[in-house]
Amino acid sequence: MSDIVATDRIAPLEENPERAGFLSWVASVDHKQIGIMYLLSGLAFFGLGGLEALIIRVQLAMPGNHVVTPDTFNQLFSMHGTTMIFLVIMPVMAGLTAYVIPLMIGARDVAFPRLNALSFWVQLFGGVLLYFSFIAGGAPNAGWFSYAPLSEPAFSFNNGVTYWVLGLLGIGIGTLAGAINMIVTILKLRVPGMTIRRVPLFVWMTLVNSFLMVLALPVLNASLVMLAADRLLNAHIFTPAFGGSAILWQHYFWGFGHPEVYIMILPAFAIISEVIPVFAGKPIYGYEFVAGSTVAIAFLSFAVWAHHMFAVGLGHLFDLFFGISSMTIAVPTGIKIFNWTATLYKGRIRFTTAMKFAVSFLLMFTIGGLSGVSFAVVPLDWQLTDTYYLVAHLHYVLFGGSVFAILAGIYYWFPKMSGRLLNEHIGNWHFWLTFVGFNLTFLVQHLLGMMGMPRRVFTYPDWPGWMTLNMISTIGAFVLLLSVIVFLWNIMVSLKTGEIAGDNPWDAWTLEWATTSPPPPENFDLVPPVHGRRPLWDLKHPDRADELVAAAAGK
Amino acid sequence: MQGVVTLNPFSPQAAAISHLFVAILLVLAGIFALVAALVIYASIRYRDRPGAPEASQEFGSRRLEIAWTLGPVLLLAVIFAFMVRAINASDPPIEDRQPDLRVIGHQWWWEVEYPKSGVVTANEIHIPIGTSMLVEVDAADVIHDFWVPELARKVDAIPGHVNHLWIRADTAGVYWGACAEFCGSEHAWMRMIVVAQPQADFDAWQSVQLTTPPIPVAGAQGQGAQLVKDETCLNCHAISGLPGNKRIGPDLTHIAGRRIIAAGATENTPENLYRWLKDPASIKPESHMPNFLLSDDNAHALVAYLETLN
Repeated sequence: MSDIVATDRIAPLEENPERAGFLSWVASVDHKQIGIMYLLSGLAFFGLGGLEALIIRVQLAMPGNHVVTPDTFNQLFSMHGTTMIFLVIMPVMAGLTAYVIPLMIGARDVAFPRLNALSFWVQLFGGVLLYFSFIAGGAPNAGWFSYAPLSEPAFSFNNGVTYWVLGLLGIGIGTLAGAINMIVTILKLRVPGMTIRRVPLFVWMTLVNSFLMVLALPVLNASLVMLAADRLLNAHIFTPAFGGSAILWQHYFWGFGHPEVYIMILPAFAIISEVIPVFAGKPIYGYEFVAGSTVAIAFLSFAVWAHHMFAVGLGHLFDLFFGISSMTIAVPTGIKIFNWTATLYKGRIRFTTAMKFAVSFLLMFTIGGLSGVSFAVVPLDWQLTDTYYLVAHLHYVLFGGSVFAILAGIYYWFPKMSGRLLNEHIGNWHFWLTFVGFNLTFLVQHLLGMMGMPRRVFTYPDWPGWMTLNMISTIGAFVLLLSVIVFLWNIMVSLKTGEIAGDNPWDAWTLEWATTSPPPPENFDLVPPVHGRRPLWDLKHPDRADELVAAAAGK
Repeated sequence: MQGVVTLNPFSPQAAAISHLFVAILLVLAGIFALVAALVIYASIRYRDRPGAPEASQEFGSRRLEIAWTLGPVLLLAVIFAFMVRAINASDPPIEDRQPDLRVIGHQWWWEVEYPKSGVVTANEIHIPIGTSMLVEVDAADVIHDFWVPELARKVDAIPGHVNHLWIRADTAGVYWGACAEFCGSEHAWMRMIVVAQPQADFDAWQSVQLTTPPIPVAGAQGQGAQLVKDETCLNCHAISGLPGNKRIGPDLTHIAGRRIIAAGATENTPENLYRWLKDPASIKPESHMPNFLLSDDNAHALVAYLETLN
């Protein structure tokens, strides 16, 4: 057993003096506590972003509603988008990775624990600053994309957009630091034996995603500083009336903004690549292709930004280039879908709540991915962009994709974090309410877009069918509200009385399941040997270890 | 399909997009059906149940990987070819044609100019049927987007960046359009209509638009005309024959002949015009038209005068 590695050879444990209660969290540099705090902050902001969405849906339930004023409506959808992207999906993904990655690679913590804490607190501060705008004269009202010149002081009178700039800078800096931390952690702190070709796909995709963040976030941060200069110093970088360029902002914003879409979906791919194999009882199908296609997506994501700008009128050649590059990205994405589906084949599929979310992710994300193709086809984009068809598309990607994957991940890792399983019976209700509510809300929006309903409108004419479809969508939003209540109830019930998880409740294979649930502060006493991609499988089936099977197949 | 405007084209330009859209929707639906069938079949066939065989430990197949890489590549190549054709058909080159129409997006209404004849109007575009009209699209403040889905592609109206598109209708009728780029509070009520009519009717409309309406002197109409001159109306609006030629608000020279007011927020009837003058916010809450606290009498006089502008 000379393979077993004592963890003090892997990384020194950060000094963490005994603290109790609240202070033990606030002052923590432990990756597990920080991960959980990320998740909790994401959940809190999910409540706010969801509330904003509900008010939007109530206002739109009927034509000519006066639930909120037009400007309030604009503040609500600007905050809804910004919140869900920057304060829910990104921090929740950051929380899951911060919690799971060191455990998966057999490390005691991330490479820079204090930087990890700084990342979390800076991004949380950014979020609080953003929400402070509500009581400081008004929230941002120029959309989550803050197109100039609408975001300039001449057209956006309150301080909301300035808060948006400053809040996002905090989030941007925190996220960037977190990504650097992850890269170093994954490259330097893997347990001996875990070569880069043996890391779980969750780790591999997190690594790729962290590089994506390191390259994309500075673009956002720099453009935010420029917009701040415009708003606070009258720099006129983006104001055409004074010699600036409104289109320049769009190039900058989407130069960040499209990689950002992949920053939100790659971690979802990462979760799915763990959950589906474990509950199908099979290794991931085509590991190298799933991993390689992730790298391809990351590269391509920097060459597709202008498909957000086909209506800007930049010339056919320009549009064609970005049309091709955007279509190309469907290929590596398709490879993933097919490999996940193939993983189900000849498996023995346990439909836990986590697996239900993961399998429905396959279907929902496929709808979002396919409707995305209609935006890469330039002439279709000329009709469909900025309509409800696009709203439907992006929610199938970010809700049907990212959020379904997050929920799969939470049902999967909750027992590791808390020591107790989430209740499967309530989980079943949670899943079906989410699935039905989500499709009720967003499926009809495809049709609304095709019928010509522009997005970001606070009301619409009373034309045949428009109210019916909008009403269905609003009812769906309330079903989603119900599903969230059921989810919270499940968490509370399960934390108190949930079934005790034990080390490895799912019979999973990666290293986080080799330690106790929840893990001790130092994570591991001893780490099992790593000879392949599924160390716990190898340990359990020494006669059928992946390495032996592969060697036999090689002969 | 009536009402589904993106699939209901009335011009060759819009038809090129619509036909491609139908074809691609079918292809996408086919792919989804394939994936869904595979996932659902596997989920049922291989679900864990008593007596189910153990999961097979397979790691992948190079042949399959190549198949599901090349398959989509070929499909996309075909889509790409059709896309290039549709781009050219829906957005033909301008060459050295001068624009027939200039449309300028304002917060939150559309200024419409016919440079060849000099007609200026707002929120209502008239075109002769069967003729492709070249539209120059510009913006006065923030970014807007000109979109008449049954007749043409959409294109952004960007300050400092003039765009062009072709608009055409082969059947007489009224087609609605809207601003499709978020442009502030009243983005929802930045709509317009396109009236397509036979060439003779269009010519007649155009010659009416070029006349200068008489200024009434007697009765309520005369009182209204006097109010327009005495109050601040002409600081923003233009009326041919009266002093000033401001373009801050819509040109009112022939307002009575238009079908909508407040960029589509309501129909143009004397009652709605009265409501609009008394309290613009009751029709379009955050519009730039101020509430002048007009007396009932003055508001009625203004409506009486505006109704003569036909």
